[in-house]
Amino acid sequence: MPSEALHLRPAAPRTTGPEGAVPVAHGVHWIGALDPGLRSFDVILKTANGTTYNSYLVRGTEGVAVIDTVKAEFAPAFFERLEAVARYDEIRYIVLNHLEPDHTGAVPELIRRAPQAEILLSPRGLPMLRALLGEAFATAQVKPVTTGHAVSLGNRSLAFFNTPYVHWPDTQCTWLPEERVLFTCDLFGSHFCDGRLFEDRVDDFRHAFDNYFDRIMRPFRSFVISALDLIEPLDFAMIAPAHGPILRAAPRDWLARTRALATPRTKAETAEKVLLIFYVSAYGATAQLAQAIHDGAEEEEGVRVSLFDLEGADIGPFLDLIEEADGLAIGTPTINGDAVRTVWDLLARLVDIETRGKMGAAFGSYGWSGEAVRLVETRLQGLKMRLPEPGLRVKLHPSDEELEEGRAFGRRLAQQLTGRAPPREIDFAELAAR
Amino acid sequence: MEKATLTFTDVAITVNVPPGTRIIEMSEKVGSGITYGCREGECGTCLTHVLEGAENLSEPSALEMRVLSENLAGSDDRLACQCRILGGNVKVRPG
Repeated sequence: MPSEALHLRPAAPRTTGPEGAVPVAHGVHWIGALDPGLRSFDVILKTANGTTYNSYLVRGTEGVAVIDTVKAEFAPAFFERLEAVARYDEIRYIVLNHLEPDHTGAVPELIRRAPQAEILLSPRGLPMLRALLGEAFATAQVKPVTTGHAVSLGNRSLAFFNTPYVHWPDTQCTWLPEERVLFTCDLFGSHFCDGRLFEDRVDDFRHAFDNYFDRIMRPFRSFVISALDLIEPLDFAMIAPAHGPILRAAPRDWLARTRALATPRTKAETAEKVLLIFYVSAYGATAQLAQAIHDGAEEEEGVRVSLFDLEGADIGPFLDLIEEADGLAIGTPTINGDAVRTVWDLLARLVDIETRGKMGAAFGSYGWSGEAVRLVETRLQGLKMRLPEPGLRVKLHPSDEELEEGRAFGRRLAQQLTGRAPPREIDFAELAAR
Repeated sequence: MEKATLTFTDVAITVNVPPGTRIIEMSEKVGSGITYGCREGECGTCLTHVLEGAENLSEPSALEMRVLSENLAGSDDRLACQCRILGGNVKVRPG
């Protein structure tokens, strides 16, 4: 544990900020800001404990680096803390591990005050930086960095690890090997405001850590695993995230906890492919189709097929199942020209899990116009799923022939999962109707 | 008219297309996981891995080159919203 940090008052009120910059490790200060009043983050996440915007300053014998900044309205506190430990003309590097506004709110002004500073960010961050700086981008000193790149501050150095999609394309981690500190921005973050700053001093925040993962990182869980694989070999003594407590007492435990959170909640019971069929039915017609699709899919060996009536169901538990599934077929009647509310509720929740690359399909009965199937397909495509089979629509109750088509539809979906679907060749003109 | 085919391996579909077709125009319609974002060559969402026939695609513009570079794309990656098939056969999957 870095001895410099021990001067902190042990019983500081949680929502009162520490005075000035806070030593974190030798040559490293926290220069962030507390936001105890925040109750909702990015609209999607309740934050009953507020949050912190953690920014760090690293001093070497040949200059200073600032790692991330704060939300714009907290810029005065950030600059005050920065000025307590460094002059602007000493700043050699500004490291932007992630360009979301809660970390870049003070960047334009910081660049104005320290125009000589070189901005270090992942290549994917460049479009965001252009948008953030506007005309000032042209005169800014900008250097994209990625895994394998490092810069020197004399007796300290910063190395970069490209960790995309935790949780934006631009995210990266910065490693200070001389002090064994890993700056991870949103990775290992939590929305939890406590002025005592350090994991071993603050109130219990485990729930906030887990909730942060679930709402922010879970949709990118495979990218999180890749990031953990990349950084785990580092001999870190401290993880310094951009939100919530600094993890210095047991940083490896927090990494293990994150790995557990990123692992699918329901363990696959077999090596079979998993196809889930969800439906809502008004008069039983869509239910008949769902059953036919289920029966057809079951004929394909190596696929476990499950059928669920969404009406009256709690959607939450289904998310764990869907996260593990290989394919998802959704049935809805068309009512008032739309898919039904329960189906939209499910589709809306899918943004909370990783859906990219899964197979999707839609089906349903209709009376007049039948728009619902196409609307569901569009949503599934928006979730970056692949839809190899055009949706199946049936007017009113399915006939025997239409039920057979439902079984064939199910067989084809299952074959898409096992890789036994025969390749198809179609003409451009045939697609015009899709 | 010269023929061209585009094969999307993630949905096992080959489409006969007119030369000059952008990949994104077909990928959406066949339900491939090559999806779109801005459609303007800015966001990189439609990153596509070319498995065969890269020589049958239009040369990348300066904009596409920049976005590919910023997305750390490999030498076989293209943006589906930018590149056009000029003829022959091209086989792709989501990047």
